[in-house]
Amino acid sequence: MSDNKLNVRQQSGAVQTTGHAWDGDLQEYNNPLPRWWLWCFYGTVVFSILYWFIYPSWPVGQTWLKGFGTVDYTITDKKTNKVEEREQRWNTRALLLADLGEAANNEQRKAMLAKVRVANYDQIAKDPKMMEFVRSVGKGLFGDNCAACHGRGGQGVVGMYPNLTDDDWLWGGSMDKIHETLAQGRMGFMPAFEGVLKSEQLDEVAAYVLTLSGEAKPSATSERGKEIFHGQIGGCYYCHGADAKGVPSQGAANLTDKIWAIADVPAQKTLEDKTAVLKTFIANGVNNTRVMPAWKGRLNDDDIKLLAVYVHQLGGAK
Amino acid sequence: MGIDLMFYLIISIFPNSSASVRWITATPALQGDQHDCSHRLTLIGWNMSEDSIQLYQKRIPIYPRSIEGRFRNLKTGVMVLAYAVYFLLPWLRWERPDAPDQAVLYDLPGRHFYIFGLTVQVQDIFWLAGVLIIFAILLFFVTGLAGRVWCGYFCFQTLWTDLFIMIEHWVQGERPARIRLDRKSWNREKWIKKGATYGLWLLVAFWTGLTFTMYWVDAPTLVVDMLLGRASYAAYFTTFFLTATTFVMAGLAREQVCIYMCPYARFQSAMFDHDTLIISYDAKKGEGSEGRAKAYRGQRTPEERKAKGFGECIDCGHCVLVCPMGIDIRDGLQYQCISCALCIDACEHDLVNYTSENALNGRKTQFLRPKTVGYGVILAAATAILTWSVLTRAPYTGTVEQIRQPLYTQLSDGGIRNAYEVKLNNKLTEPMTVGIHIEGLPGATLDMDGMERIELAPQERIKLLARVQIPPIEGSKVVGDKVTFVIESLEGATAKAIRQEVPFHAPAGS
Repeated sequence: MSDNKLNVRQQSGAVQTTGHAWDGDLQEYNNPLPRWWLWCFYGTVVFSILYWFIYPSWPVGQTWLKGFGTVDYTITDKKTNKVEEREQRWNTRALLLADLGEAANNEQRKAMLAKVRVANYDQIAKDPKMMEFVRSVGKGLFGDNCAACHGRGGQGVVGMYPNLTDDDWLWGGSMDKIHETLAQGRMGFMPAFEGVLKSEQLDEVAAYVLTLSGEAKPSATSERGKEIFHGQIGGCYYCHGADAKGVPSQGAANLTDKIWAIADVPAQKTLEDKTAVLKTFIANGVNNTRVMPAWKGRLNDDDIKLLAVYVHQLGGAK
Repeated sequence: MGIDLMFYLIISIFPNSSASVRWITATPALQGDQHDCSHRLTLIGWNMSEDSIQLYQKRIPIYPRSIEGRFRNLKTGVMVLAYAVYFLLPWLRWERPDAPDQAVLYDLPGRHFYIFGLTVQVQDIFWLAGVLIIFAILLFFVTGLAGRVWCGYFCFQTLWTDLFIMIEHWVQGERPARIRLDRKSWNREKWIKKGATYGLWLLVAFWTGLTFTMYWVDAPTLVVDMLLGRASYAAYFTTFFLTATTFVMAGLAREQVCIYMCPYARFQSAMFDHDTLIISYDAKKGEGSEGRAKAYRGQRTPEERKAKGFGECIDCGHCVLVCPMGIDIRDGLQYQCISCALCIDACEHDLVNYTSENALNGRKTQFLRPKTVGYGVILAAATAILTWSVLTRAPYTGTVEQIRQPLYTQLSDGGIRNAYEVKLNNKLTEPMTVGIHIEGLPGATLDMDGMERIELAPQERIKLLARVQIPPIEGSKVVGDKVTFVIESLEGATAKAIRQEVPFHAPAGS
């Protein structure tokens, strides 16, 4: 064993020993860690100590060492549009905010927003770039604030929330009117006619209303309904107008067009069903469940303006 | 190059430790150096007693001798041409309205590559794949035909190493002077000469790095900004990184890059066959029956040598002295050889030549072979397709997508409306006017709020809203379920109109 490979290595000086000898010839090789490894190790020690000073690190009782590192970022208040400079101890959320604030896209967005802010509605509608911006930002705003009721595409729910993509506007479809609706909110109301009108009379009025938009042909029943509609008993024309085309200042629906916002008439197959569904609504009225909340105070003026343009173009921009 | 540098660093910081590298020293060194081992590296695996095993071979410096000749001139010519293109191209101006005026500019933030009259947009980036395919096939083609032509004449590692050796030669003198200088202790002369060499290298490396950066930003602005310390972080980093890699690769690592780091150097051997041109020593002529011998008295004339059985090689060693890879071509074809052909220039007895294995064995070299023809055909096809694609590129793009929420809208007069998003992109560096109309749906009208005719600024991209409306459906009349958008260029460009058929939805059973 004495002339084995290890001893050859030892004799050639390839590997040093620690210098100790036990039991005569039992020796221990000295294989120190590679120098580069050792320096990397020392480096990590230094690094970790510096780290404790800069970043959040050790838990201390109920709290933790927060480090001296800070992140500066600006934040824009959603309601007042005020830009505020903030400084926080180092954390990745603040870092993300800082990154987002400095992004090139954010600068572009701010520049476009400044342009839209000073432009009037006509100018915005005629400018392809501004409209592109409104559609892009508006989609997000609409999704966040409006889609819960009106649907992601603004299609609404019949009987509940108006469809914003058609050309029929209960409260007026100009950009100014839409802005007003958004800012101040609306409350749709129609009194219940149960008790005022007898059941046959309700049928007659329903039959008449169906003829207005061509859903049914005029008949003797509908003629009687016409008298109720335009007479003192029903008095429907107070709100819906003598021509039944609705009064936007009242939020009263146009009954002569093909759009049914409350009674889902087109979904019914037979005339009886159509009359029945319409009758229910005339009897019960439309009470304060049809409420559009006021957004002034919840959204800032910029967002309301953007949404007004967005909703206006959804509905065909007429 | 970044990965190359990392390899180099890994090799540098693992001295004596990387067990996977099994190098042992074997071939006698013909390079003048002072190392005790006096050996060149050759890979042959485990062997011999353990204390001769060197897991890591320290670089043995190579001092290539300068040489004049046909191939040296060719290499210098290629070098001058390549450097002229590389260093001067970013300074060439090219007038473009509303776009950068640099002839070749890769504008990453602006998402445009400007190459003279060609503007490459993001959606045309597949051309890059075409260019890469062409380069790859070109490498296969040339290597199959004539060996490592790329390595010997065109590779930037070869070019920059060549330049750095020239600088070294210019400052420190010819090979013996350089060896002497290296052996000297550090006196004034050594400090000055070494300092001048390193300084010049650094200057070249810096200008190389800076020039690379110039391809990505406006060159004159960059140089001024760089000096004033207001260039972007990316610009400084790129320049610094390439300065460092150029200095390390061409000044310090040199042939080690080709031997240890470069994958192309290795896999090019897979493209060799018996007809591939290689640089080879004519052993029959050079060695004779008794081998090579120095031209001592009594074995000088051809007759005397013939009588003694010696070959024509007088063992002057010039072919080894000029070799930038530090190999002896007389040992046969080696993976280290980059085919730079300087040993052909060096041999006064014409014993080293471009030849092929078949020619060496007395057969004819076939240049027309299925492999070369095949690569040639693919190369021609790929080049033709790319050229065709570039030449027939559209001056603008237009796409139409249906907005599917809601699928359709019932209008108050009973009509049906669908909405679409139209995306337009002017790919020109000049303004153009685009007109949009619809076809193929009876009675349908298009409403784009007056943007049916729109002027696009140079390189403008825009998304527009289009509404298509049909009058009330009477009775059981069947409505078409498709509509075709026609987007045509009205002013500023001539091109075929873009026609796109998109679905049109109407309520079922109406």
